[in-house]
Amino acid sequence: MTAAAREEAQPLVVVGAGVMGTGITTLALAHGVPVTLVDVDRAVLDRAEVTVAHSLRTAALLGATPPDTAPGPLTTTTSLSDALSGPAPVVVVEAVVEDPATKAAVLAQVSATVSAGTPIISNTSSIPIDELAASVTRPADLLGTHFMNPAYLITTVEVVPGPRTAADVVAAAKKFLGELRRTPIVVRDSPGFVTSRLLHPMINDAARLVQEGVASAEDVDALMRGCLGHPTGPLRTADLIGIDNLVDALDVLHRRVGDDRSRPCDLLLAKVRDGHHGRKSGRGFYDYEEAHP
Amino acid sequence: MTVSATPDTIEQELIDFLETRTKADWTPTRDLFGEGGLSSLFAMELVVHLEQRYGVAISGANLKLANFRTVKAMVELVVRLRDGA
Repeated sequence: MTAAAREEAQPLVVVGAGVMGTGITTLALAHGVPVTLVDVDRAVLDRAEVTVAHSLRTAALLGATPPDTAPGPLTTTTSLSDALSGPAPVVVVEAVVEDPATKAAVLAQVSATVSAGTPIISNTSSIPIDELAASVTRPADLLGTHFMNPAYLITTVEVVPGPRTAADVVAAAKKFLGELRRTPIVVRDSPGFVTSRLLHPMINDAARLVQEGVASAEDVDALMRGCLGHPTGPLRTADLIGIDNLVDALDVLHRRVGDDRSRPCDLLLAKVRDGHHGRKSGRGFYDYEEAHP
Repeated sequence: MTVSATPDTIEQELIDFLETRTKADWTPTRDLFGEGGLSSLFAMELVVHLEQRYGVAISGANLKLANFRTVKAMVELVVRLRDGA
């Protein structure tokens, strides 16, 4: 994309500068898309700018950036109103914490401001989209995605229309994901969708094995990698997801599905209580040289 | 920052760094991400380590995984960048 084309391109607005918000921002910037990143906390945005710059280098290092494409410009702001009052966004992605009330409040404000037909995406690992649709002006414009972390490296994205999402909004969102070279897989709206419904209870079981002294975290992961071909092992995956986010998602699954395997085990709860949230905090099941927000 | 280290010194320092970080044994030619089993995300930590330790800037065509796949490849990269090649 040329510099002039980038100036004219509609921006992606990302709300929430946590792990997923910065990852999705990195993905879009790497593909030349201008991004406005919003967070209520200026300090979080300052850290996000550093993380995005680091992640763009990581993406280049691992061959995840398209050839001959200069990164898009990044704008950060603490004002959602300001972010939405500029050029009409191509898509708005809500990527705030995995809490239905917090997500609903952001989605309500976005929905009341952007023009009809603009896809409004809630990035969630577990919350049913139609439940969030109760908070928006036009449920037809709302759909869910479940990007995996790091969003700029993992090329498949779970896409979740609600029962009231318009077909042309789903098509527009899939087109945008295609421009970011992602492969969307559309699934029916349900707590945890497909990936979290399968993955999160398995991680919870893995943590429970460590809690019961059956094996160390290193050995659980080594067995899952060596015997079953898991790329990293479930507990290193937990560190990458963020153990606080994992517990929130397990809570959502447990409340809505009733599966006791989704009740967060004591070891996960203790790690959250102690601030050992995984890679982003520098410590989880493993220690990390530095925090990666 | 160690800008005057010899290739042999850089090689030994990198092996020491890897052994401290990964708690595993390394040789100059062992593939970190293949047989070594390290996550490719760890490669970015190596980029930052080389830049900070040896005062080189790694960008553009040099920012590719092949340059970080073995200790030997990293030593060659540092020497090349430091000598301004």
